[in-house]
Amino acid sequence: MVKKVKLRIAFLLALILSIILSLFLILQSLEKDVVFFLSPTDIKNLEEIEKKKIRVGGMVKDKSVSINSNKINFIVTDFKNEINVSYSGSVPNLFSENKGVVAEGFLQDRSYFKAVKILAKHDENYMPPEVKEALGDK
Amino acid sequence: MFNLFDLGKIFEISSRSVKYVFILFIIVLTIGLTESLFLSPEDYKQSHSVRIMYVHVPAAWMALGIFAVIAFLSFGTFIFKNKNFSLISKSLAPSGFIFNIIALITGSIWGKPTWGTWWAWDARITSMLILALFYLMYLLSWRIITNKNSANKISSLIAIVGAINLPIIKFSVNWWNTLHQGPSLKIMGDTTIHSSMIIPLAIMTAAFALFSLLIFLMKFNTEMIRIKSKGLDRL
Repeated sequence: MVKKVKLRIAFLLALILSIILSLFLILQSLEKDVVFFLSPTDIKNLEEIEKKKIRVGGMVKDKSVSINSNKINFIVTDFKNEINVSYSGSVPNLFSENKGVVAEGFLQDRSYFKAVKILAKHDENYMPPEVKEALGDK
Repeated sequence: MFNLFDLGKIFEISSRSVKYVFILFIIVLTIGLTESLFLSPEDYKQSHSVRIMYVHVPAAWMALGIFAVIAFLSFGTFIFKNKNFSLISKSLAPSGFIFNIIALITGSIWGKPTWGTWWAWDARITSMLILALFYLMYLLSWRIITNKNSANKISSLIAIVGAINLPIIKFSVNWWNTLHQGPSLKIMGDTTIHSSMIIPLAIMTAAFALFSLLIFLMKFNTEMIRIKSKGLDRL
């Protein structure tokens, strides 16, 4: 009885360890594909400019958004590097300066990205508008 | 091994407690919904769509929590062949699965107005989908395997393997760039949800926990009646 229990524990340990190790290896080698978007720094460090559709994410730089007719240009920054993004179409409600954004599209060169889709990334802060105003006054 | 429990006595309590749990659930849910839908403030950024949080977040917590309990009990089932444990985990699984589906659907409904997309293959969302698939496998394994002993063994293995996914879900937003935002409630450090929004969130979590308990008790009683009346699934 006790021996069987020990064998079952050993079996479970081996099973769990092997799964964790293989998962770790898989995720490690797929790092590039597990991330939902690349940061401007990642773009800068790319060895070659990818032709296929990619996503770039970061903060919309303060006072960088310019809209003429239906074309919108802005700068995505991760506070180390930045990249110019241009897009035509409508943007989600949460899109604004100093907020997170993920742009899906094609890289033209290391500093220019042509987006075909814009997703807003919201942060983990939740508060009523009055509190935000009070915080803003500080 | 664990026949210390008198199953007859447990059944006596569990069958009588259903209606009390139901009444308590209705009360807490009513308070929670009034708090979260009417009394709580809107968000400075998302305005009223923040209210989806009061369903989405507790549902996701329940799905994760229930799976953790199932996995823990499955450990006991697999190693010590304790059949009371497997009866409990089998009865817990349906409500966990329901909450997992609710979390995915409400997340999708929330994602459209805020992110601008219904679905994204980011690490958090995909790992949550994998959890739903593990729930499905767990529930189906009880259905399709007719031999009770192998059903016991295989379902507990599914739960134990699925538990590896739980820390991946929790930390997916820290380990990788995801569209899903980072955690607002941290084990250490400040929460980034304003207190006027934490209270309805807590009440809704309590309501969902009571709902899980209710479904669990109903399922557990059904299993007990089946054992009693037909001598089926004998413990």
